[in-house]
Amino acid sequence: MDLFKRYFPVFSLLAVVVGIQVVTHFTETTYYLTQLTMSAYYSVVVIGLCVLMGYGGQISLGHAGFFAIGGYLAGALTTHNLITLKGHRLVSLLDNVGLLVDSKGLYGGDLLTVEPWAACIIAVLTAGLIAFAIGGPILKLKGHYLAMATLGFGIIIYRIALASAYFGEADGISEVPGFKLLPGIEVSGSFVSRVLNYYIAWGMVIVAVILLLNLIHSRVGRALRSIHGAEEAANAMGVNTARYKLYIFVLSAVFAALAGVFVTHYNGGIGPSEAGVMKSVRYVAIVAVGGMANIWGALIMGIVLNFLSLRGVFGSYDDAVFGVILIIIMLFAPQGILNINPGQKVKSLLSFFVSKSGEETTE
Amino acid sequence: MTPELFIQYLFAGITYGIIYAIVAIGFNIIYNTTGIINFAQGEFVMLGGMIAITMHSVMPIPLAIVAAVVITMVVGALIEMVFIRWLESPSVLRMIIITIGISILAREVALHIWGESVRALPYFIGNEVTSVSILGAKISPQVLWVIGVCSLMVAGLSLFFKFTSLGREMRACAANRRAATLCGINTKNMVTLSFVLSAGIGAVAGCVMSPITYSDYSMGPNLAIKGFTVAILGGLGNSVAAVTAGLLLGIIEAFSISVLPLAFQDAIATSILLLILFVRPHGLFGSSEAASLKEF
Amino acid sequence: MKRISNSVVTVVISFCLVAGFSLASVAKAENIKVGAILAVTGGASFLGGPEARTLEMMVEEINANGGINGNKIDLIIKDSGANPEKAISFTKQLIEEEKVFAIIGPSTSGETMKIKNIVEEAKMILLSCAAAEVIVNPVAKYVFKTPQKDSHAVQKIYGTMKDMGITKIAVLAGNTGFGKAGKGQLEKIAPEFGIEVLMAEVYDKKATDLSAVVAKLMANKDIQAVVNWSIVPAQGILAKNMRQAGWDVPLFQSHGFGNIKYVEAGGAAAEGIIFPAGRLLIANSLPEGHPQKQLLVRYLIDYETKYPEDKVSTFGGHAYDALTILVAAIEKAGTDKEKVRDAIENLTGVAGTAGVFNFSPEDHNGLDINSFEMLTVKDGKFALYHK
Repeated sequence: MDLFKRYFPVFSLLAVVVGIQVVTHFTETTYYLTQLTMSAYYSVVVIGLCVLMGYGGQISLGHAGFFAIGGYLAGALTTHNLITLKGHRLVSLLDNVGLLVDSKGLYGGDLLTVEPWAACIIAVLTAGLIAFAIGGPILKLKGHYLAMATLGFGIIIYRIALASAYFGEADGISEVPGFKLLPGIEVSGSFVSRVLNYYIAWGMVIVAVILLLNLIHSRVGRALRSIHGAEEAANAMGVNTARYKLYIFVLSAVFAALAGVFVTHYNGGIGPSEAGVMKSVRYVAIVAVGGMANIWGALIMGIVLNFLSLRGVFGSYDDAVFGVILIIIMLFAPQGILNINPGQKVKSLLSFFVSKSGEETTE
Repeated sequence: MTPELFIQYLFAGITYGIIYAIVAIGFNIIYNTTGIINFAQGEFVMLGGMIAITMHSVMPIPLAIVAAVVITMVVGALIEMVFIRWLESPSVLRMIIITIGISILAREVALHIWGESVRALPYFIGNEVTSVSILGAKISPQVLWVIGVCSLMVAGLSLFFKFTSLGREMRACAANRRAATLCGINTKNMVTLSFVLSAGIGAVAGCVMSPITYSDYSMGPNLAIKGFTVAILGGLGNSVAAVTAGLLLGIIEAFSISVLPLAFQDAIATSILLLILFVRPHGLFGSSEAASLKEF
Repeated sequence: MKRISNSVVTVVISFCLVAGFSLASVAKAENIKVGAILAVTGGASFLGGPEARTLEMMVEEINANGGINGNKIDLIIKDSGANPEKAISFTKQLIEEEKVFAIIGPSTSGETMKIKNIVEEAKMILLSCAAAEVIVNPVAKYVFKTPQKDSHAVQKIYGTMKDMGITKIAVLAGNTGFGKAGKGQLEKIAPEFGIEVLMAEVYDKKATDLSAVVAKLMANKDIQAVVNWSIVPAQGILAKNMRQAGWDVPLFQSHGFGNIKYVEAGGAAAEGIIFPAGRLLIANSLPEGHPQKQLLVRYLIDYETKYPEDKVSTFGGHAYDALTILVAAIEKAGTDKEKVRDAIENLTGVAGTAGVFNFSPEDHNGLDINSFEMLTVKDGKFALYHK
């Protein structure tokens, strides 16, 4: 029963995902799947961050940095042509092991690049290692210090992406090839493989959700909740809070990097705006709107807001809309949009104004 | 390095540094009375500059600056009253997100009022090519304006906090909010006042620096990040140390150009920030005991 | 259990919302739909803003005059905020959902390079307003661009330097796609003209003060001139910082200086700056018979009448050219996409704001070095540069 309870929403999610595909198929509106696919990947970042913020109680204003590490490394490794280095011993060694692929460029010319699988593993490992390395000192900080430190990390990644020729400077990386997961299954943005990619993205979301749900209901999850509740108390009870915080930080970084890898292959490129501070703020905004410790809320908000934004529904007011949502939710529903109890809110607002006017009359 | 070149770098550094310091002091004033880091601090600087430029089309510069500072102070007060005043003991996380939201909103409003193009106030004295010679280096008189006005502001603020009863009441809030309330100080009004004050000094900085740096709707976040670095460097809440730290950072940035490519200039401030956070989160000049007593 | 059923309900509802969007049918129109992906907000808004305003103005005018061969234009502007991922999403949206006839934009090179392959796959005409040469080199069948080539601008500058006897220079560039491409060309072409780049620095696109880097360059007494390559406001700041420091070597800017606001912001320091640009900025002083004269003066007057707050700039001109070319091709070939593409490729002698376009299957830019004039700033206005 417990397991059923835990996984029932997962099955409903699966049903909805399939349902949407079927509906769009019959109404000939499959083009909506493009943005749903992209939103799904961004939601993986969001739910990872949700566990860090909601259960670990640690804010991160630098998650776009991890996304960018994943995306940029995967993009750079799979596009930079090594053909001129073919004679080099290291390159030929890699080639013999099968880590490199030969291909024809779109506009002519031979390409010798790193195999996407290898690039993906390198990218995600790098992100994880960086998270592990900086996680120690960063997670010792609290409150504003933590926020600023993670923000600083994000800025440094952004600066590196923008300043290094290897990552294409301001232009970013283009013409990233598809990522063949298995024969016949390729992550790419071409119009013909859209349905397949929709399922790949949502498959990733569902796996991520199941993983996180299990985590929350495990020993780790209980420890995390105790950290959020009262860290000193948890420490005193013998919970190694530092280790669990680091664990969850690395996990969320890996999620972000993985999403970055897949988005880069799906879009065929990545640009420095993906590493920008505004992106990190957006992820935090979505988690906040969805409710800090609520994976489902974060997931839904991640899909809905990204979907609308990627479709350009907000026009030139895109950032403004996010700003307004952020403020309104934090003012009136700090527990997230799904935890609003409208009656109570009105009451507390009323009582605020009543007491306010009372103050004025007495003065 | 020739002495002229040295002086040239030095003045560049002092100009950056004093502006960072002003932003940092803005952070500190609000932090001291509320425990909030106002991520929208850079937007006050932007608003000051932009409003003054608009006002300048109908009135002379000094009046335009006064008007801009007053309007920005009112905006500061409004922000506090609408978004902050009625929250009961909000968590740090919530306040971070709210002030980030305010900063985004202020920027977007500015974009839709003033458009994307850059503007500037005219130079207070002379024009774009006027310069005065100091020890062989040539400096724009506006740089001296920035340094002068900002130094006056810092001096004025410390007198205000030391010798006026209002300033003392604000310091009392900073030291212990509950005790201050018990002594009959209206702490809520002190918080509003702190927003007004920090909006005001931000706006003044925005006006005097506008001829040198130009003003546009998106200048806020960069300033805020530098300002925060300086505030941390000096120790959060310590305004005198913020000036020292600001000058230090500005001068480091300026001299770093002589050895490193310019592209890395911004990365330097951020790296210093991370380093300080990891090694001495209570700042170069703060004491760790005092920092650990503060609520985060 | 209640909480779970709650969350299930919300999942279902929000997906129904999303699905609801999918079912909303797209209104059918007989008009020619033109999509535009422009950075109206965000870091490149000084490009996208004037481009969007120019397109809106032109479409209004074309439709008021009865459209192209009787077909009115539906303009759909999408604001990408210079984010490549949005540009990608919008491109697919415009192609499949809106079923547009052609796409104008994006404003930046980075975005254009991301969508180049998408439009190729979808056989969609793209008229980019971004500068980098990689957009049309190698040539992609459906991709065109309207801004002049960086390499031509560089050759023009170096040519002028040669006449002035300058051989040792310093290069500054903003960290945008434009600055990156320009710096590359400056360093690549320098040897052909016997010019030596002694120092090269890149500054942040949001830089507010460059006096320290000016001091660094100034310390090198061999530098005879400075070339600055960017599209950002820092162009004016550099001029001020150089003159304030008492450094009076010639300052060359790129064709990104083509906005009178930068001159106004630079004030007295902008005097004497030399830069290559299209003839839009000196439209009124062109001789009467010049092929571009009539068009340039009209654009200038129209734009500044419609947007009195704004001043005409070469950036908006890139969008002007894109639509002009598209209209010319549609007038010639009708409303068949393939025929229009062929028509664009064969257009010759079309006057635009950037120059006279002569396309060919090998050249999807269509502009030659003569599209540039060397200009200078005199008494706060643009003027032809005379040796």
